[in-house]
Amino acid sequence: MSNTDSQTHIEVRNLIFSRSGRPIFRDLSLSVERGKITAIMGPSGTGKTTLLKLIGGQLQPESGQIIVDDLDVHKLNRKWLFHLRARMGMLFQSGALFTDMSVFENVAFPLRVHTDLDDELVRDLVLMKLNAVGLRGAAELMPSELSGGMARRAALARAIALDPDILMYDEPFAGQDPIAMGVLIKLIRQLNQALGHTSIIVSHDINETLSIADYVYLIADGTLLAQGTPDELVNQQDPQVRQFLHGEADGPVPFHFPAPDLAEQLLRGGQ
Amino acid sequence: MIDQLQRIGRGALDRLAATGRSGQMLLQSLFVPPAPKEMLPLLIKQLHFVGVLSLVIILVSGLFIGMVLGLQGYTILVDYGSEQAVGQMVALSLVRELAPVVTALLFAGRAGSAVTAEIGLMKATEQLASYEMIGVDPMRRIIAPRLWAGFISLPILTMIFAVVGIWGGSLVAVDWLGIYSGSFWANMQASVDFSTDVLNGIVKSLVFGFVVIWISVFQGYDAIPTSEGISKATTRTVVYSSLAVLGLDFILTAMMFGEI
Amino acid sequence: MQMRTLEIGVGALILAGVISLVTLAINVSGLSLTDRAGGYTIYARFENIGGLTERAKVSLSGVQIGEVSAIRIDSRMLMADVEMRIFSEVDYLSIDSSAQILTAGLLGEKYIGITPGFEEETLKEGSRIEDTQSALVLEELIGKFLFNKVSE
Repeated sequence: MSNTDSQTHIEVRNLIFSRSGRPIFRDLSLSVERGKITAIMGPSGTGKTTLLKLIGGQLQPESGQIIVDDLDVHKLNRKWLFHLRARMGMLFQSGALFTDMSVFENVAFPLRVHTDLDDELVRDLVLMKLNAVGLRGAAELMPSELSGGMARRAALARAIALDPDILMYDEPFAGQDPIAMGVLIKLIRQLNQALGHTSIIVSHDINETLSIADYVYLIADGTLLAQGTPDELVNQQDPQVRQFLHGEADGPVPFHFPAPDLAEQLLRGGQ
Repeated sequence: MIDQLQRIGRGALDRLAATGRSGQMLLQSLFVPPAPKEMLPLLIKQLHFVGVLSLVIILVSGLFIGMVLGLQGYTILVDYGSEQAVGQMVALSLVRELAPVVTALLFAGRAGSAVTAEIGLMKATEQLASYEMIGVDPMRRIIAPRLWAGFISLPILTMIFAVVGIWGGSLVAVDWLGIYSGSFWANMQASVDFSTDVLNGIVKSLVFGFVVIWISVFQGYDAIPTSEGISKATTRTVVYSSLAVLGLDFILTAMMFGEI
Repeated sequence: MQMRTLEIGVGALILAGVISLVTLAINVSGLSLTDRAGGYTIYARFENIGGLTERAKVSLSGVQIGEVSAIRIDSRMLMADVEMRIFSEVDYLSIDSSAQILTAGLLGEKYIGITPGFEEETLKEGSRIEDTQSALVLEELIGKFLFNKVSE
């Protein structure tokens, strides 16, 4: 909070990360503006979720820094890291509701852990958060009784329970029906405007993401491919950007996984 | 040839790394400042899941194993005219060996595999990551209560198994085969010593409980978060636990009764 | 509400564990709650103890009154020296009692049977039973039997 006047909230500098020998990020740098919705997009397997885990300090980079509120996430000790995380909310791809608690208890959990509020106040806060995502009536249900879209909304209520400064969405639209998707888009935008937090959306659902993002980073092959406002990106002429944004099957990113020539392989027979 | 050697070497190094990770997990989860107020409800929940829910299988198995011991013991001992010693035989074999070992094996199959699957699934559905992001250490919240619950409940289940088994043995020997109950119990009491037999049996079960629950929790925590990974981890829990229990049983028996 | 059923279940489990431990201690291993640490020590020399072990019973008329606490060899007399701990409430064994090594059943364990004598004076801490009878050793018995047969 030391730096509220600065526009940059999160900064990723020269990030290098690889998993079991496979490079995921090769020198990635980007910055996220305070209070805005920033989208990070790219084809599947480009490590978008990994980036969120790096920001949350759940993974250690090989080199490079991630600065949140002027703090280097990976230089913090465990206690301070947990303090920092209390100011971050994260919506996981699967929702990640705690399956052994009711929806109400799920949303109340961060409050109980990080605050000393009495039960009455916790209850009011939880009901307000659930009301914001339209699930006040489902407070007493168990996560297994919710549909996919409802589970994600409940998880969203839990993520905003502590009114975080940063809210990270991991593939919020994946596997949702059109109605649920519409609800989520509306919610993400509303929450961002009402609470004024910084939002990071990681997704490969182009239209939905472009419709709410203020600024977009496009990642491919471990580096930044393009960046800009949604309008700027759509009008980009770069063939790789066009292929991704318009969903063309073949282009600079080939349809075929690298393989020897088909005719040659067939002729060689079983050898 | 070189390939083969390389594979063996890599496998060995992988095992060694996994052992290291499991030790790290143990340290991180057990040696944290305890917070009894939040820990106790979690521990009770796990004691119920791991202990109380295993009770039925322990009771039934104990009863039948005791009855079989009584029957077999009788048919062997009656040839030597010393069928009164059946009580001694049932009690010693149960208290020293069968109760700790069989309970630990059943426990690995019933509770250990369930713990592995549960933690593995929590990992797959990102619940563990979610705890971390909320700022709660999953080692304390998820791992530690399960470790303690397993460590506490296995000795209890073992003692229950032994008592039920001895009762089953007396049921067959005394009530069915007609051995005089006085000599059944007196022979047993004369030969079973509390500190060498009963306490050593309990020490065994403490060791088994620790090892089995450690393996179970670690396999879940270290599982590859896919359905295949979890099923493999569950299998590994049962196989590794059984091997560890049987191997350790020999070592412990040699140390306790072998007079080496 | 649901927590309460869990608590009751766990409580029952722990209670069952405690009951099992007590059963194992008292009914199965015959541990008595009376204090056996007390008592007094007496000694007896035997020519052959034939498989008597430490912690074997010492009994009077078949009732246990103590246990064997140590067995060593008396290097001067070349006999086994058996140390017994007798319960303190058994303070009426006369000084001329005799000790015998007996077998419980045909294949059972060895124990010491005390037969009381007639003297007024009783055994005290450190007393020694002089009149002893060694264990029956099957080989010796058979040997004697054969010898008698031959001499007939």
